Amino acid sequence: MKTVFERPKSLQDVKTHYCPGCTHGIVHRLVAEIMDELQIREETIGVCPVGCSVLAYNYFNCDMQQAAHGRAPAVATGIKRVLPDKVVFTYQGDGDLASIGTAEIIHAAARGENITVVFINNAIYGMTGGQMAPTTLVGQKTQTSPYGRDPKSAGYPIKMSEMLATLNGAGYIARVSVHDIKNINRAKRCIKKAFETQINKQGFSMVEVLSTCPTNWGMHPLDALKWLEENMIPCYPLGEYKTPGEVK
Amino acid sequence: MKILMKGNEAIGEAAIRAGCRFFFGYPITPQSELPAYLARKFPEVGGTFLQAESEIAAINMVYGAAGAGARVMTSSSSPGISLKQEGISYIAGAELPCVIVNIARGGPGLGDIQPAQSDYFQATKGGGHGDYKLIVLAPASVQEIVDLVMDAFDLADLYRNPVMIIGDGALGQMMEPVEFKERKKIKLPPKDWTTTGMMGRKQNLINTLDLDPEGLERHNLKLKKKYDEIKKKEQRCEVIDCDDAEVIVVAYGTAARVVQTAQKRLRKEGVKVGIIRPITLWPFPEKTIKQYRDKVDSFLTVEMSTGQMVEDVELAVGGKAPVYFYGRTGGMIPTPGEITREVKKLASGGCK
Ligand SMILES: Cc1ncc(C[n+]2csc(CCOP(=O)(O)OP(=O)(O)O)c2C)c(N)n1
Ligand code: SF4
Repeated sequence: MKTVFERPKSLQDVKTHYCPGCTHGIVHRLVAEIMDELQIREETIGVCPVGCSVLAYNYFNCDMQQAAHGRAPAVATGIKRVLPDKVVFTYQGDGDLASIGTAEIIHAAARGENITVVFINNAIYGMTGGQMAPTTLVGQKTQTSPYGRDPKSAGYPIKMSEMLATLNGAGYIARVSVHDIKNINRAKRCIKKAFETQINKQGFSMVEVLSTCPTNWGMHPLDALKWLEENMIPCYPLGEYKTPGEVK
Repeated sequence: MKILMKGNEAIGEAAIRAGCRFFFGYPITPQSELPAYLARKFPEVGGTFLQAESEIAAINMVYGAAGAGARVMTSSSSPGISLKQEGISYIAGAELPCVIVNIARGGPGLGDIQPAQSDYFQATKGGGHGDYKLIVLAPASVQEIVDLVMDAFDLADLYRNPVMIIGDGALGQMMEPVEFKERKKIKLPPKDWTTTGMMGRKQNLINTLDLDPEGLERHNLKLKKKYDEIKKKEQRCEVIDCDDAEVIVVAYGTAARVVQTAQKRLRKEGVKVGIIRPITLWPFPEKTIKQYRDKVDSFLTVEMSTGQMVEDVELAVGGKAPVYFYGRTGGMIPTPGEITREVKKLASGGCK
């Protein structure tokens, strides 16, 4: 019988704790499929953040380190400097990467640290119950912006991909979304390019993935996908912000 | 062969000789000669020196590198060490070996850059959150810096525990002759827990999270068992002229150097004074203090703080003799004259 669908070797055979309809799971699968395809699972060290994906070490079937909130790029730097020929990636949320860990991500990119970052932008703090994130949209209601994010006091969303693309050390920077099949396939191509950038030693690579948090957005998973498409993409345009050229 | 070296540079050279090839740090006075030395020397030995964006980043790089199996070091001074505390707690929780140097300065806050011992509590009682301990080594000379830095890497690997070297600007800047002695190799446990890529084995994980309280309690009790073993085996101190002493002065690091000058003078004058100089601040050398607590009239603790180690001295003495304190703080160093005066107040014939 022909196998048409199976679990990537790079994913462990366990149930995840993610909420129903959360797109974290889709991105996990993409990363795992890429590890399988590039045959790097046995030489990869992943770094999980503090956030909903804190338990990612239970899901990825490779060596893992669990980092303090925001510090995954620093931890990954330490690993990569010791093991320059291994593949090192971080998987981080937007509170982790774009708030408490902004210094670490900017300087990892500026140093051209040869690591890959998978950045989940769901415009909210998922794990702690739905507080405003640096990426929360203007007007978006959260637990800590109950009347909608007011730029007068809470400022504006941070566009990490655009910012990091200005740095010479960044080899590959792209923003993708996972709200439909077409975009999921595109997201996979971009994440794969990011890993290839690292394997080819072309510097820092990051893919920002627009993602949903149905639970804390207070939406049905399907409505959340639609909300992402209609509200997040206009604020966070998709595309490749920086490519190393040589990478196909 | 002896060579003349500055304390901070001696830390760097000792680390290199101990096989350390990774250093992550952020500039701060008065430890700057150490990163400068390593930045200069590491390229010759294939080491990696990285100036991080902050102390927070530096200590988390140490976490990553230690988890990947490297002998790794970071250094800073008081305010920077405060910033590292979350990372140190993670490193202790994940049982990662590494060496952390604190060339301490006057505090609180930005304080000053003069020698101080006011980070004793932070170093020995936790500093960061959670039930954990660092092994804390306090050298009092440049030669001892060299010996203890080398010991530190071995102790870290032996116990899978972070080790802190604590000194101050006086020790860091002082130049003394040192010898890099041939060391006997000790047997260290295999590093089979590191994350280096699975390469056919099962997943290795460096982690401090355990959402199951029973599991986390088990982990804490396992750590406690390790700390108990360290307490039993690793207490170190220097004992000077204590056998006939009426007064024992307890002091470490730079303060102990001054106390030694004062003690020699006092002995010449016939005052029966001895010194216990803790070399490990944690584990605190309580066993030695207990040996003497019934024999002396009193203890005097001298520190460059308003009184921190004195609490551990009191605990060890356990009420068997009075424990007095003399300290200078904010970057001031006590003079031999001040210490002589304090001891005379306590010694027999002196007016208390
Ligand atoms: C130093 C520190 N501060 C705060 C927290 C609490 N905390 C845990 S997860 C989190 C936010 C995570 O949000 P995000 O990075 O957006 O990831 P998500 O949960 O949305 O995937 C916070 C603030 C912590 N664990 N450590
Ligand atoms: S809280 Fe949000 S981000 Fe976290 S698992 Fe649930 S849906 Fe996903």
